[in-house]
Amino acid sequence: MRNVYVLGTGMIKFGRYPDRTVPQLGAEAAIIALKDAGLSIKDIEFFVSGNLLQASAMVGQRILQQIGQTGIPVVNVTNACATGSTAVREAYMAIGSGMYDIALAVGCEQMGKAGLLGANRDGVTDPAYNTEGKLGSGLMPAVFGQAGIEHMRKYGTTLEHMAKISVKSHQHATKNPFSQYRNEVTLGDVMQSRMIAYPNTLYMCCPTGDGAAAAVLVSEDKLRQLAAGRKRPKIAASVLTSDPWTERDLTWPDVSTLTRSAAKQAYETAGIGPKDVSLTELHDCFATAELVHYENLQLCGDGEAAKFIEEGGGKHPDLGGHAPVNVSGGLLSKGHPLGATGVANICEVTWHLTRDDRAKERQVPDAKVGMAHVIGLGSACTIHILTM
Amino acid sequence: MAQEAQIVTDSGPRPIVPYLKLEPKPHLIGSKCACGAVYLDPKRVACSKCGASGPFPTVDLSERGKVYVFSVIHQSFPGIKTPYVTAIVDLPEGVSVRTNLLDVDPEQAQKEPHKIFGMPVEMVTQVASKDREGHDVIAFSFRPTRN
Ligand SMILES: [Zn+2]
Repeated sequence: MRNVYVLGTGMIKFGRYPDRTVPQLGAEAAIIALKDAGLSIKDIEFFVSGNLLQASAMVGQRILQQIGQTGIPVVNVTNACATGSTAVREAYMAIGSGMYDIALAVGCEQMGKAGLLGANRDGVTDPAYNTEGKLGSGLMPAVFGQAGIEHMRKYGTTLEHMAKISVKSHQHATKNPFSQYRNEVTLGDVMQSRMIAYPNTLYMCCPTGDGAAAAVLVSEDKLRQLAAGRKRPKIAASVLTSDPWTERDLTWPDVSTLTRSAAKQAYETAGIGPKDVSLTELHDCFATAELVHYENLQLCGDGEAAKFIEEGGGKHPDLGGHAPVNVSGGLLSKGHPLGATGVANICEVTWHLTRDDRAKERQVPDAKVGMAHVIGLGSACTIHILTM
Repeated sequence: MAQEAQIVTDSGPRPIVPYLKLEPKPHLIGSKCACGAVYLDPKRVACSKCGASGPFPTVDLSERGKVYVFSVIHQSFPGIKTPYVTAIVDLPEGVSVRTNLLDVDPEQAQKEPHKIFGMPVEMVTQVASKDREGHDVIAFSFRPTRN
């Protein structure tokens, strides 16, 4: 594989855009990324579009119908919540393989106020045979609630530990103008907000919303030509895993094993260890997800997530700690427009590594290595490691 | 007339999922691969643990198991009554099932979650709804074992 670099990035503030179409949202992010890269759509050789809820509606082509119908190859990808990051990875592979030199990846989504309960996968035509609520719950809040409960069972972790994650992420979001929510919350607010699926209260669940993000990737040769001396981050690892067979995975999706395997591969490929990571954007669709991913991504040892949250002295996952996690506000605050999420966290990591003004208020000092992790239930996990 | 007669002879209850058998008494069934993996799917095509092709022999599963994890669901689709306790129950045959947990107070479960872990439970069945053809649809749940 050839080296691949992130030349330009763009995203729109996550939120609600009921008066816009999905391709319009994607087009806006694409134009920002192209400008950031100093390129026009005419320079793009290959385009990957990630969108989940309109997966059959040729969103990528419709974006080009907005910004420039140059006739280039377009691929529309879908991979649950890992849709956007899979789009980035497809673009990465297209350049890494030597087939193209400049590729654009866009992730966009419009969820309106649809809940994040997830799709009904029973595939039955008579609703009398729907199992949801009759044979337990297979929806996202149950899956991730139980992930927190499993941690409780194994290690005695409490709801309070998990609630602190939400306090931290909301605090970070106050410094991110791209975040859907920018309000601070106290531990009391989080613990006393409405219970959704124990142990996750409302503030421990990510919101739904609309958004778009884009990244322009280039080969090393093109970087030399186009970057004009600007240093740009290299994609040092781009890993995708699916759920391997584990004991309970088919009954209750196992979100940990595929993340652990992806992390191991990513660290090996990038030739670094978890201690070298300056900042991590991880998939905190629920506070309990962030809890288990601290360990899955080796940011702390097994069973140490609660300690990792509690610990002061520069070790905690706060901005200013030595392993800052989700300084963007994470999915919990920044929002989670499904297809956009995996591209947006590439933007966030890039901004910190390049001292981009868009990360100004929350800039992680001395950021040299950034990690972006996404998991889509069903399951798909991506990890990207970017280095300067 | 013939059609009517058929409806009459076929009006018995039906299981909500194919891995619930109602006769002779309600129980769960699985497909068992030689490698030991058990699937809640009587028509399992192949084994995703070892790759062996089916068909696999059907095994009857125990009606008793132990709670591995649970959650209390407070928000769901319209028509689903909340709060209720959802759980993953491990069966001795090496497969887990997703189920509602009955006779466990949701508030109490949230206050003392450790009391639910490992709890011995047993399967019970109930009429969950009526399908479009008028059959009772039977679902299963688990509750703390009664001796
Ligand atoms: Zn097998």
